[in-house]
Amino acid sequence: MNIYVLLKRTFDTEEKIAISGGEINSDGAEFIINPYDEYGVEEAIQIRDSQGGEVTVVSVGSGDAEKQLRTALAIGADKAVLINTEDDLEIGDEFTTAKILVEFLEDKEADLIFAGNVAIDGGSGQVGPRVADLLGIPYVTTITKIEIEGRNVNIIRDVEGSSETIEASLPLLVTAQQGLNEPRYPSLPGIMKAKKKPLEELELADLDLDENDVAAKTKTVDIYLPPKKEGGRILDGEVQDQVKELINLLHSEAKVI
Amino acid sequence: MSNQTENLIKGGSFLIEDVSYDRVFTPEDYTDEQVMIAKTTEDYVVNEVVPQIEHLENHEFDRSVKLLKQAGDLGLLGADVPEEYGGLALDKVSSALIAEKMARAGGFSISHGAHVGIGSLPIVLFGNEEQKQKYLPALATGEKLAAYALTEPSSGSDALGAKTTARLNAEGTHYVLNGEKQWITNAGFADVFVVYAKIDGEHFSAFIVEREFSGVSVGAEEKKMGIKSSSTRTLILEDAQVPKENLLGEFGKGHVIAFNILNIGRYKLGVGAVGGAKRAFELAVQYANQRQQFKTPISQFNLTKEKLGTMASKIYAAESAVYRTVGLFEDRMSKLSDEEVKDGKEVAKSIAEYAIECSMNKFFNTEVLDYVVDEGVQIHGGYGFMAEYEIERAYRDSRINRIFEGTNEINRLLVPGTYVRKALKGELPLFQKAQALQEELMMMMPEEPGDEPLAQEKYLVKNAKKIGLLAAGLAAQKYGKALEKEQEVLVNIADIISNAYAMESVVLRTEKAIEKAGLEKNKQKLLYTQIFCQEAFNKIEQDAKETLVAVENGDALRMMMSALRKFTRHTPINVIAKKREASEKLIDAERFTV
Repeated sequence: MNIYVLLKRTFDTEEKIAISGGEINSDGAEFIINPYDEYGVEEAIQIRDSQGGEVTVVSVGSGDAEKQLRTALAIGADKAVLINTEDDLEIGDEFTTAKILVEFLEDKEADLIFAGNVAIDGGSGQVGPRVADLLGIPYVTTITKIEIEGRNVNIIRDVEGSSETIEASLPLLVTAQQGLNEPRYPSLPGIMKAKKKPLEELELADLDLDENDVAAKTKTVDIYLPPKKEGGRILDGEVQDQVKELINLLHSEAKVI
Repeated sequence: MSNQTENLIKGGSFLIEDVSYDRVFTPEDYTDEQVMIAKTTEDYVVNEVVPQIEHLENHEFDRSVKLLKQAGDLGLLGADVPEEYGGLALDKVSSALIAEKMARAGGFSISHGAHVGIGSLPIVLFGNEEQKQKYLPALATGEKLAAYALTEPSSGSDALGAKTTARLNAEGTHYVLNGEKQWITNAGFADVFVVYAKIDGEHFSAFIVEREFSGVSVGAEEKKMGIKSSSTRTLILEDAQVPKENLLGEFGKGHVIAFNILNIGRYKLGVGAVGGAKRAFELAVQYANQRQQFKTPISQFNLTKEKLGTMASKIYAAESAVYRTVGLFEDRMSKLSDEEVKDGKEVAKSIAEYAIECSMNKFFNTEVLDYVVDEGVQIHGGYGFMAEYEIERAYRDSRINRIFEGTNEINRLLVPGTYVRKALKGELPLFQKAQALQEELMMMMPEEPGDEPLAQEKYLVKNAKKIGLLAAGLAAQKYGKALEKEQEVLVNIADIISNAYAMESVVLRTEKAIEKAGLEKNKQKLLYTQIFCQEAFNKIEQDAKETLVAVENGDALRMMMSALRKFTRHTPINVIAKKREASEKLIDAERFTV
């Protein structure tokens, strides 16, 4: 089984995020493997361990993403590929990333591709489906269980808290939802072995792409933090007056009705 | 070997030699692998151990055993075990990072530390081939757990005064051990004990004793002030039958093992103290942001900022100093050939080389930890006194650190004691340097440091070392062999030297960071350095004065005091303002950050 996992380096959103000059302040920020991608890595390794094959993790981003790829190797992936766009691209969006990944994946004859349901930074959830679409293979999003028998795949996916059972066949792209598995820690022997595993670095030119081929289709206008949560207000008086007051406030202050 | 080691930094030499920043190891030098190892350890502690702490505190030690096996699966027990015996043979920095990250687990970190450190290391370093093959693979996985039995009811600091005896049986097959070893960490579940006993009541030696051997038993679980998550019991040896091939190291050379293992235990404790202090700091600053009084988060009060600034600058010093020492070990140990590693003697020599640094890390860092947990409770106010707050446990857990692995008093006495020994053996030209300093005093002109970053701090470090040398030289000259009775003076000298080591460690670390990434990214480090150096130097001045007055009198005292005034002349920085400034980033990050 030839398995690929698409992996993004993201901010650890459990840490404090600060914004300065319209950009997220990366000073002192912690970076991690996007947790949804990590479910993908874990599942890919489990499938490989039971069915044989090879797991390759792929990331599009800056040279710094090497750390997250090494972590995936330490967890148990076999190979890693970093498509480094640091020198070629100022900005990019979901289209950019998907286009680059497709160029890379096209001749790889992947049986199964894992992506995260969403990345916890941008949260668009687009890259996985876009890649599948451009490769012309089916995809199933937000999966919580996957079983493979031969070329047949049985999947349970999360649908707004309920679940849906789907039958599909390889080749296939799936996006991982929380609950798919409990990712393991990279063990110390795993970390030491990861040093010696292959990590290939590519640039756009290696994929016969230039920046115009992958130019972003969208523009980020502004980045801002959600407004600070304010303390609630408790209305008093007769219930009827409270209701009137509430409607009034929802209309004039919160402006939601 | 001589070619390889001549470039190595000698133990204790920092006092009389300058070292450039590129020769010291700093936390900014961690490799990606080391960071990953630290992260795995942290995740293990937070996700696996922390949820069980309440049970562990209630002495449910079957959980400790399971957790240790789980740690073994992750490789967290094999860092110091050679690969051929199932370990990972990691570098000393990785091993230290594991200890640092474990610290958050409180008493459980003591179980872990006792197993991988004092429990397993004697066999790693001093075991023969058969012993290593027999014990290490199971210790590296956690299938078997280890403990270390040195202390006895009547011999603590005086370890060699042990009363436990060993005598060879008539058949010549077994040593028969009799005695009691007290306060043995992991005794509740350990399978293997490294036990010290005197063969025929005279020859202090080490033995590997299995729990299953006939005549081996343990007492009841002790009721302790802190680290309750660790098992502590008496090991009772009543005609315990120990096969003669379980003699560890050489006959009558148990002290070589005991003292070297203590050295490692000491710097490891220093590392653990950094981890514990960082956690206590995090609890304190989070609480200070959360807790409102007078409609203001208490972190916004200047007195809280003062506390946070002081705590963090001390943690920075403790971290810089101990990882510098770890770097010294790594440099020296990594240059040993495979044969030398196999032969315990060279390893022991490498460890003994940095005995001074190990002792200083031990007492300095454990006192930083104690300071930080104490202020942590204070910031929590009445809530800090309540057991439902983690800081309450941290406060209790901290206290033992100043006592075990050699009390801080013993470790202080060891500093000047070891210097004198090194000087007498010709390993360090201490007397010559002290002599040269006396001459320098006569013609010394006061200096003005420049105003570029770190200029003042470098100047203070230089003078701090001279003050240390002056005080030590004077005391040695005055008392000669009787110096060892002047314990108060010795302790003052140890404090001066230790503060100088910590000051130099922060200055070199900050300098290295600035060289690498520029001043802008290292402002916080600079603030800690300025705060710490000023406060440590004030303490040095005070210790030196007290020492001079105790040692000299009359004209000689006046002359010495005037020399001290020259060495201490400087314009102090405004530490109040610096602490306020340093606290801002800490309050924002809600944890210790550099």
